[in-house]
Amino acid sequence: MLKIQNLDAGYGKLRVLKNISLHVDDGEIVTMIGANGAGKTTLLHTIIGLIKPSKGEISFQGTPCTRATVGKIVASGCALVPEGRQVFAPMSVEDNLLLGGYVLQQQQGRTAVLKELEHQYELFPILRERRRQLAGTLSGGEQQMLAMARALMSRPRLVMMDEPSTGLAPLIVRDIFQIILRLRREGNTVLLIEQNAKAALGIADRGYVLEVGKILLQGPAADLLTNADVQRAYLGREKIE
Amino acid sequence: MFWEPEKECMAREDLEQLQLERLQSTLYRVGTHVPFYRKKFDQLKFNYDDIRSLDDLRRLPFTVKQDLRDNYPYGLFAVPLRDVVRVHSSSGTSGSATVVGYTRNDIKTWSNLVARVITAAGVTKNDVIQIAFGYGLFTGGFGLHYGAELIGASVIPISAGNTKRQIQIMQDFKTTALVCTPSYALVLADAMMEMGINRNGLSLRYGLFGGEPWSEAMRNEIHQKLGIIATDNYGLSEVMGPGVSGECQECNGLHINEDHFLLEILDPVTLEPVPEGEIGELVITTLTKEAFPMIRYRTRDLTRFIPEPCPCGRTLKRMQRVMGRTDDMLIIKGVNVFPIQIEKVLFEVEGTEPHYQIIVERDNHADKITVLVEVMESIFFDEMKKQRKMVDHIKNRLASELGVGVDVKLVEEKSLERSMGKAKRVIDRRKL
Repeated sequence: MLKIQNLDAGYGKLRVLKNISLHVDDGEIVTMIGANGAGKTTLLHTIIGLIKPSKGEISFQGTPCTRATVGKIVASGCALVPEGRQVFAPMSVEDNLLLGGYVLQQQQGRTAVLKELEHQYELFPILRERRRQLAGTLSGGEQQMLAMARALMSRPRLVMMDEPSTGLAPLIVRDIFQIILRLRREGNTVLLIEQNAKAALGIADRGYVLEVGKILLQGPAADLLTNADVQRAYLGREKIE
Repeated sequence: MFWEPEKECMAREDLEQLQLERLQSTLYRVGTHVPFYRKKFDQLKFNYDDIRSLDDLRRLPFTVKQDLRDNYPYGLFAVPLRDVVRVHSSSGTSGSATVVGYTRNDIKTWSNLVARVITAAGVTKNDVIQIAFGYGLFTGGFGLHYGAELIGASVIPISAGNTKRQIQIMQDFKTTALVCTPSYALVLADAMMEMGINRNGLSLRYGLFGGEPWSEAMRNEIHQKLGIIATDNYGLSEVMGPGVSGECQECNGLHINEDHFLLEILDPVTLEPVPEGEIGELVITTLTKEAFPMIRYRTRDLTRFIPEPCPCGRTLKRMQRVMGRTDDMLIIKGVNVFPIQIEKVLFEVEGTEPHYQIIVERDNHADKITVLVEVMESIFFDEMKKQRKMVDHIKNRLASELGVGVDVKLVEEKSLERSMGKAKRVIDRRKL
């Protein structure tokens, strides 16, 4: 689905990602874990086209898209759920979702958008209840669901999520991760970026550990959970000496 | 049968992506965690960004056995000792011992790769597997043990030695799969014959052999004497132990676990890659090891890649059975001679036993090889004329195979020392 080789990207002279290679296969949940400043968000922004990489190749579904525009990349089936939700606060829940359906409307027309809206309301019943409410008045968990639903409105093949658990109560975090599992069951592919390494590795098939812009480790999520480095650095677990 | 079909039958393109990702992260880890590699990389002014394709691996220096000795015992470990759950030591066939370590994940990976090899050889959870490799510091016993347990076979951890007891247990416990060195399989077969045990009375079906080079002729011999499917498997403690590669039931080359090891075959003199399919020295880089990663380890083992696809359906590339060691290679009067070549000829000669020894001496500044060959009793006590004819025949065959003349001496059956593990085939008395 997604394949990246030798990617370098950053801001101005600052090199954030250094020779990164990774891939996401069809139907997988892949997580990228790492501390603050490791380059996780930069990676997602480079994939979606917000940042132009200085080196390396990205291909999406076999088609190179290294320097394509955001619009093109989203239209080809890649969606981003940004960090901190970024919902349009002064607009209603439904308008937020319809905006997310912009690409779908262009490709398949209004009926497809309305059908997809219905599908999202089934996935997130709370959003149907709040459809007329302004997005800014939703709770943090509800806003996260809205951000996810808005991204899914484009019927993407790959959903990328940037720290969906940030700032949410543990119970809500559990709901969010349940929804991610459900998305996969429905045939979606997910690239999940998380600081909550334990929860992310718990639902992912595979994982990558990003450390100051480089990939330190990669492998099946179960193996990363039992890796001592990961336990010390990201799971807050240290063996008693 | 497959243990991990999605990995063993992976598309080449996907495999190469995985290899590149794993190579890059392995290099980053050894460069930051192992002072030995950091120093080497610094000297080379090597930057991690230089590795942009699998071929770029060639820019990196080799690691050799001496590096392991120099860093004895823990100097090459990439994790603190508290994360190491197992330590093994090389069998030290030649020279002093070396130490390798495993994290919990390494043991998991190892078990899994051995499970692939065992499954490819035909063994399932319904089998009773007798592991006659030495347990202990040698990786053979434990490596096969954990893999066999993982697939759910019934494991008999008998370890090496005590031939009579091996046979007794093989009969009583209805062993269906035997794990040992190929030469020990023949020792067992001979002992059975002596004890008057018919192989048809055994339940044995599979033999998984490794630990030393052996020939196709030896495989046939084992097949005839024990009536089993004999497969080869390969590994060395420096990169993990058994589980690097193993034969499927096609018995025609060992599938390499390429998602965990990157193999190169190089000319041992120029250290440049040999053309695909030609014989050279095997060089291995580990891709997933946590405690003891190895970058471009020179194995000294000679083999070749088999580029043709295998009918079994695995896409993992095959290597031929190891044909010898670069340091076993005898240079006799300027000619490269491998013990395996001698073995091949002996197997083709009727009346000889598969036991032999090669004595190398220096006589008046000239190298001289004498091959001691065990022959059947009937021949040994036969008339001189027949014996001499046989010696001449072997000499001629060897001379044409090796390109250099050798002496041949027939010896009585069972007069050569039997080994419980790796057979000692070459005795070099040259004191070079």
